[in-house]
Amino acid sequence: MRRFLRSGHDPSRERLKRDLFQFNKTVEHGFPHQPSALGYSPSLRLLAIGTRSGAVKLYGAPGVEFMGLHRENNAVVQVCFLPGQCQLITLLDDNSLHLWSLKVKGGVSELQEDESFTLRGPPGAAPSATQITVVLPHSSCKMLYLGTESGNVFAVQVPGFRALEDRAISSDAVLQRLPEEARQRRVFEMVEALQEHPRDPNQVLIGYSRGLIVVWDLRGSRVLCHFLSSQQLDSVCWQRDGRLIVSCHSDGSYCQWAVSADTQPLEPVRSCVPYGPFPCKAITKIFWLTTKQGLPFTIFQGGMPRASYGDRHCISVVHNGQQTAFDFTSRVIDFTVLSEVDPAAAFDDPCALVVLAEEELVVIDLQTAGWPQVQPPYLASLHCSAITCSHHVSNIPLKLWERIIAAGSCQNTHFSPMEWPIDGGTSLAPTPPQRDLLLTGHEDGTVRFWDASGVCLRLLYKLSTVHVFFTDSDPSEHLGAQGEDEWPPLRKVGSFDPYSDDPRLGIQKIFLCKYSGYLAVAGTAGQVLVLELNDEAAEHSVEQAEADLLQEQEGYRWKGHERLCARPGPVRFEPGFQPFVLVQCQPPAVVTSLALHSEWRLVAFGTSHGFGLFDHQQRRQVFVKCTLHPSDQLALEGPLSRVKSLKKSLRQSFRRIRRSRVSSRKRRPAGPAGETQEGGARAERAGLQNMELAPVQRKIEARTAEDSFTGFVRTLYFADTYLRDSSRHCPSLWAGTNGGTVYAFALRVPPAERRADEPVRAEQAKEIQLMHRAPVVGILVLDGRGVPLPEPLEVAHDLSKSPDMQGGHQLLVVSEEQFKVFTLPKVSAKLKLKLTALEGSRVRRVSAAHFGSCRAEDYGEHHLAVLTNLGDIQVVSLPLLKPQVRYSCIRREDVSGIASCVFTRHGQGFYLISPSEFERFSLSTKWLVEPRCLVDSAETKNHSRPRNGSGPEKGWGRARNSGSQSDGEERSPGTVMEHALLNDERVLKEIQSTLEGDRRSYGDWRSQQVAMRTRLSCCHSPSFRSGVSGPRVQAAR
Amino acid sequence: MNRSHRHGAGSGCLGTMEVKSKFGAEFRRFSLERSKPGRFEEFYGLLQHVHKIPNVDVLVAYTDVHGDLLPINNDDNYHKAVSTANPLLRVFIQKKEEADYSAFGTDTLTKKKNVLSNVLRPDNHRKKPHIVISMPQDFRPVSSIIDVDILPETHRRVRLYKYGTEKPLGFYIRDGSSVRVTPHGLEKVPGIFISRLVPGGLAQSTGLLAVNDEVLEVNGIEVSGKSLDQVTDMMIANSRNLIITVRPANQRNNVVRNSRTSGSSGQSTDNSLPGYPPQAEPSFEPEDEDSDEDDLVIEDNGAPQQIPKAVPNAESLESLAQVELSLESAQNGFVPSGEGSLAPVASGASTEFEARVPDRKLLEEDGTIITL
Repeated sequence: MRRFLRSGHDPSRERLKRDLFQFNKTVEHGFPHQPSALGYSPSLRLLAIGTRSGAVKLYGAPGVEFMGLHRENNAVVQVCFLPGQCQLITLLDDNSLHLWSLKVKGGVSELQEDESFTLRGPPGAAPSATQITVVLPHSSCKMLYLGTESGNVFAVQVPGFRALEDRAISSDAVLQRLPEEARQRRVFEMVEALQEHPRDPNQVLIGYSRGLIVVWDLRGSRVLCHFLSSQQLDSVCWQRDGRLIVSCHSDGSYCQWAVSADTQPLEPVRSCVPYGPFPCKAITKIFWLTTKQGLPFTIFQGGMPRASYGDRHCISVVHNGQQTAFDFTSRVIDFTVLSEVDPAAAFDDPCALVVLAEEELVVIDLQTAGWPQVQPPYLASLHCSAITCSHHVSNIPLKLWERIIAAGSCQNTHFSPMEWPIDGGTSLAPTPPQRDLLLTGHEDGTVRFWDASGVCLRLLYKLSTVHVFFTDSDPSEHLGAQGEDEWPPLRKVGSFDPYSDDPRLGIQKIFLCKYSGYLAVAGTAGQVLVLELNDEAAEHSVEQAEADLLQEQEGYRWKGHERLCARPGPVRFEPGFQPFVLVQCQPPAVVTSLALHSEWRLVAFGTSHGFGLFDHQQRRQVFVKCTLHPSDQLALEGPLSRVKSLKKSLRQSFRRIRRSRVSSRKRRPAGPAGETQEGGARAERAGLQNMELAPVQRKIEARTAEDSFTGFVRTLYFADTYLRDSSRHCPSLWAGTNGGTVYAFALRVPPAERRADEPVRAEQAKEIQLMHRAPVVGILVLDGRGVPLPEPLEVAHDLSKSPDMQGGHQLLVVSEEQFKVFTLPKVSAKLKLKLTALEGSRVRRVSAAHFGSCRAEDYGEHHLAVLTNLGDIQVVSLPLLKPQVRYSCIRREDVSGIASCVFTRHGQGFYLISPSEFERFSLSTKWLVEPRCLVDSAETKNHSRPRNGSGPEKGWGRARNSGSQSDGEERSPGTVMEHALLNDERVLKEIQSTLEGDRRSYGDWRSQQVAMRTRLSCCHSPSFRSGVSGPRVQAAR
Repeated sequence: MNRSHRHGAGSGCLGTMEVKSKFGAEFRRFSLERSKPGRFEEFYGLLQHVHKIPNVDVLVAYTDVHGDLLPINNDDNYHKAVSTANPLLRVFIQKKEEADYSAFGTDTLTKKKNVLSNVLRPDNHRKKPHIVISMPQDFRPVSSIIDVDILPETHRRVRLYKYGTEKPLGFYIRDGSSVRVTPHGLEKVPGIFISRLVPGGLAQSTGLLAVNDEVLEVNGIEVSGKSLDQVTDMMIANSRNLIITVRPANQRNNVVRNSRTSGSSGQSTDNSLPGYPPQAEPSFEPEDEDSDEDDLVIEDNGAPQQIPKAVPNAESLESLAQVELSLESAQNGFVPSGEGSLAPVASGASTEFEARVPDRKLLEEDGTIITL
């Protein structure tokens, strides 16, 4: 009987599952980890970044993104576009060349690898003979010139990668054609620079590392002219008209050489060491760019005085007597300058400097005075300070969204007003159907608010909690660093700053209520801040309270860090989220769980010692509960002693190994001397072998109540449910611990009119001990229909059906090992799914999500999205707990990826694939945010033409559907405010204003967005807009 | 005795049955209605009454047709005793504190006279010491080899029952490789092996597992293709009732098939095993279902209670199916073995909880159990 009831055998259910679930990794947000190469196509206006793991990423206009991965996981050394083509060449560190192209398929461009090639030298030649140092794609697009370590330049035909031996320029050939006097020195060695004449495709400039530069005539196979520098050559640059060559050298100098066919210059026109006279580091790359005004831009990398500034990563810009050395926060990988594209134009007129540093991309506006930075719409450095936690909030009300953007714009005044200059390609992705926020907490005590609605993860606002506390860092230090006549004229640029002043400031948990604008943030030293969004800057003091979670526990010694010291008195806060309550847990252990209920004005927090509830309206502690087990020594002593014990155990294990070696030697029977020695050696060998071959062992032991860290509070949950009896529901707080215990407290929240006077009361109503004692990772109450209870204020906003308070509520407790449903109010076990017992995987993260069907407009189901310790993602049905689908998502070894995973309410998720990148994935067929873009080489010929989204329409069908469907869901019946427990007038007003905000036409919101200098490219096409705004208006009605 | 036997046979009418009860040196005779023997408690009370020992704790035993001395301590074996008594039910009563447990059970068929004389003349000392077997009410599930009849002889399915012992499970597993016969010939495949037994641990004390045994299944789920960590987690998650199938490294101690008849209760018919291989429905193996999960709830700071299982309602297909399954398993031959004192049932345990008793501790009367 049961066999037939199992979901796997029901064809209609299988069909439905296909409509509901689909797994895709859609887009990578953030900055590529370990970038190793930069390329730019002036004609396509696309930026290419290669990484050490063999990925190539292309970026154009916001939303235009491509990703390719080499089959070989070798580092990309160089990326260059074929001039004017939708093709690019990559050089890997295994000396292989790869040709990639952007091909249009189904109306969308795709990046794919066409072919690869490895240069082969004559048999017997040293491998360095073919080791490629420079790649020059010839403007004819048929040839690649490859400079090598041997000094030879090879010619290869593309596509096809056929080596043309007759076109190769060997160093011998060059030597023969040089005049007698230039041949005397060993001038060759490897090819450092290879450049085509900007006007004449038949001339190529070859620079050799020993300092010889020749201009080679491709057709006549002769040296047109040569320049001999006394210093090692690093790079060269033609002036736009080809009359001047600028070379830069390893001693920190650069030289200008006049090119003329008639006279052979022996000396440079000008030679200069910009940061002399003391020894300088090499200038590794130089740009010489002309302007209409006459004075050229000189932009070069490096050249800093070796002794005092040799460790800086600098790019200097010199123009018109102004000189600035941009000081980057990490090593500069490469840089390029965006300038006039038209080859016929007389001047370069550079507009922007694009610098790829190891940890961030910096673009500097060269047209605006002062050369300010341009804020990139993508490639954000997520890891400016290490990410410690993340929190996703779906479907932000417009009002809150605008206020956050407004707060953020006050912080971005130092950015240039320039439009994002890299704007190639057309994004065909539909406008995101809703506004999503991703909040990341960082080690330095900041919370960053990211716009996660679309393909571009864009920083909206940055909140710092540092000002609340006294820290070691002295703010005046930063101000003093910049003097007036400092030489070299250094200027710090970039935001990457991994050095935290105080690790205790780190953010561990975030909880944002999107309706009320209340935010709770908790950190490493047990600090819990409640913040409120304020549009004005304000100066006020933060209410402080201490929560003693140990209460009357005896024999306690906390050996961990001290708690943070809060600033007394009023503190000035920027517009944005401003803290008004600070609760500090005692002992100051890391806050491990946090929940905020904006309707009841309560915040709950838990650490490894217990949990507490705080009334942030009355600024009063409601209760604390200690969850410690008396024998839990580790939690009692704090994190430091844990480190010590680990050290100790390591030391012990080493001792044990040593002892066992010694004893095995001793045990040898005394025999003839030789035999003993041999035996001893054998024993040692055997011991070594044993040590090496000793397999990994795992101890099988049932969990006991005495395990350490059982009191660790893993999850906190507010619910309005039937806790005590089935006739009356009441507010409740649920807490789950690492030891498999669930506590339930009945709360009495006074009605609104007496909310400010009467205290909130709490009383423990239930305690459930799961016998398998696995950590409780999720608690959820399901209503009479088996649907999770909505978030506070959600029903009031008419965004969710009001919960069914008639039928019996059920409690879902998710431990690492099992899912269990209990009835309420009388707790009896109803259903369970023993995940670990069956699969050996354990639940790491769980979240309720709504899955819409891609076929039926209004059909959707609530399920649990589950991430296991094996990196698998599963969907488990509610309320029957049947596994639906399983996809492997993250490598099981990728612990930080698994730990960082966060699910959205609509079946999407994010996890960190590197410290700086979020991978976005989707389990839903309906909610899919992925780049869909078109790059057309024909279109780029006239890139200034306003794009009007004339891209193919067929790709949009599904996407547009999704927009209207989501609105349809919002439209779901349910009388406004009927079920809301709204008794606060202010909240009511707020909600009303938000609803009105939502009702405003889509155009308003768009113009707002444009004002924020974001570009959504084709999405602004009239036809598309009407497609989206239609249902939206309907929804508002 | 012979006379009374004959007498009983002669006077035996259809409805009643003669009972001859002996306590110490005293005999009592009375009769019972064969069709309505009543409950064990009533019978016990009656015995105390006829022997005039109202407040003495006693052990009740009877001799069955083979002459084995068997205990009567619950409804089931009482009914069995009544139904098999032909024509006379001989009952022996001993004071609990001076009870001679060794008289019960095994091999009494061949040494019938001896045992009987031992019981009848307790002062007759035996020459060789008997193995002491405790009374059935003190029984609890113990670690055992199970499913001998459905497994290949090279495999061994061991149930490690942790109930009531404070011993840790106490073994370690490791990765390794084993050679398998596949369609492509012999192949080396990765496997999971027992790497170490903790001295004094449960695994060692049972003697059923040994170092280098290959672990094939955990609670009916094959471990092939699973990582060491996965298998570890599976074992820990099932640690309250762990059933592991191993291929013993030492193949010489395998249980020989069809040896069941030599068991003590070889003639009894109520120990048949289910005919289907448990791995077909691993997750619903009955013993896996509920015996290991007694979550506690404390309501309003009261005393801890075991969480009862919710009564299935029509809406919930899942729970409906579970009930059906447990019925099915009962039909498959799991005769409920009665009220054991398996779990310390809290005084407040509800009726739902008691209703669950039949489908717990199902295999404990298995004839092939090897008890150590």
